[in-house]
Amino acid sequence: MQTRQLKIGITGLNAIDSPGPGVSVIRCLKEAGDLNIKIIGLAYETLEPGIYLHNLVDKSYQIPYPSAGTDQVFKRLSFIQAKEQMDMIIPNFDAELWNIIKLSPKLNEIGINTFMPSINQLDAINKLNLEDFANENDLPSPVTKMFSSVPELEKFGKEADYPLVVKGKFYEAYIVYNSTQLVYYYNKLNAKWGLPVITQEFIDGSEIVIAGLGDGKGNLMGAVPLRKLYITDKGKGWAGVVINDQQYIDLAEKINKVLLWKGGFEIELKRTEDGEIYLLEINPRFPAWIYTTAAAGQNLPVAMVKLAIGMKQEPFTSYETGKMFIRYSWDHITDISEFQKISTLGEL
Amino acid sequence: MTKLKKNIALSESGFIFDPATGDSYSVNSTGSKIFELLKEGLSKDQIIENLLNTFDSDKKQVTEDLDDFLIHLAQLKMIENAD
Repeated sequence: MQTRQLKIGITGLNAIDSPGPGVSVIRCLKEAGDLNIKIIGLAYETLEPGIYLHNLVDKSYQIPYPSAGTDQVFKRLSFIQAKEQMDMIIPNFDAELWNIIKLSPKLNEIGINTFMPSINQLDAINKLNLEDFANENDLPSPVTKMFSSVPELEKFGKEADYPLVVKGKFYEAYIVYNSTQLVYYYNKLNAKWGLPVITQEFIDGSEIVIAGLGDGKGNLMGAVPLRKLYITDKGKGWAGVVINDQQYIDLAEKINKVLLWKGGFEIELKRTEDGEIYLLEINPRFPAWIYTTAAAGQNLPVAMVKLAIGMKQEPFTSYETGKMFIRYSWDHITDISEFQKISTLGEL
Repeated sequence: MTKLKKNIALSESGFIFDPATGDSYSVNSTGSKIFELLKEGLSKDQIIENLLNTFDSDKKQVTEDLDDFLIHLAQLKMIENAD
């Protein structure tokens, strides 16, 4: 079999307690049998663990935060491209998706492929618009409200039914049991992710997540549902098991078809004791547990790369139920010289 | 007719996994035996008969214990209907 050489830029290398999906995506790419993929790590912070994992990441560059704007991001990516000749970039960080989608035509001109949804598709599943999307498509979802001022929140907090879920614009969610906690987490999330802060009706039940890949034409290229078995105080799954229930695949099919989604996604659901399914979120990227899909027989990141570079890719039709992931912490040892390189040169 | 939910997996050590929900449980050797008999499609009366042949107990006790166990399985949504 002929092995094709590729170079792919990956973000989201913050493999910390609330991990970005980058390292997991890389693990998938390293298992592409007919592709030899070199990884270019694209990091915002000098202490993102992924850039120090040289068995996974071949070369790393620091890039500007999305808030620096598309011009700055493009300038830096052009510099990196001149040195590395990347074939593709896979962004894994919610806050950067808007920039990268906007930049896609320009990136394409300098030889960088992407495989991402449009800005309109991204907006449709934004946390702020998801309840509307769910209602339009007859998908039960929790009552959601958005707040941009403390007095407005306090007024709501006095009459609200607790518990409630308070969510940041991009990341993090907390369960609150009274108005004091509500205001506390509002301030905390506002400081970190900006406004609005979102409140959501608390649905008691099991957390089910589905990782999938859409080809942009309405075809679901693959989907793997997983039940979270252990959830951290930040709402992150620390262990999960791949499950087999056709209703989740049907749901992923439906959402993918309605959106004509292009790229990776994660659907977050709650299943109540009575078996009712509520749509909580749709994330416009692969999740941090994406390597479990590869372990279960659907290497969705590799499938996405193949679609992006025009290789043949048939939809996956099955996966192995019962595959589990258990996340663990590991003190990776490096040297101050490595930290020095990335800190001073912006490269490692 | 008591019918186990489709695809419920039981290991030799008495570990039960429901692949549709991701729920898992452990049962002792008696529970394991009842699970096997349910998987074979035996009726409640047949299971009682089988248990009486296996364990040293009277029919009243076995029937009561089996009923309790089946109610528990129903609560956990592992059986689709009960006698």
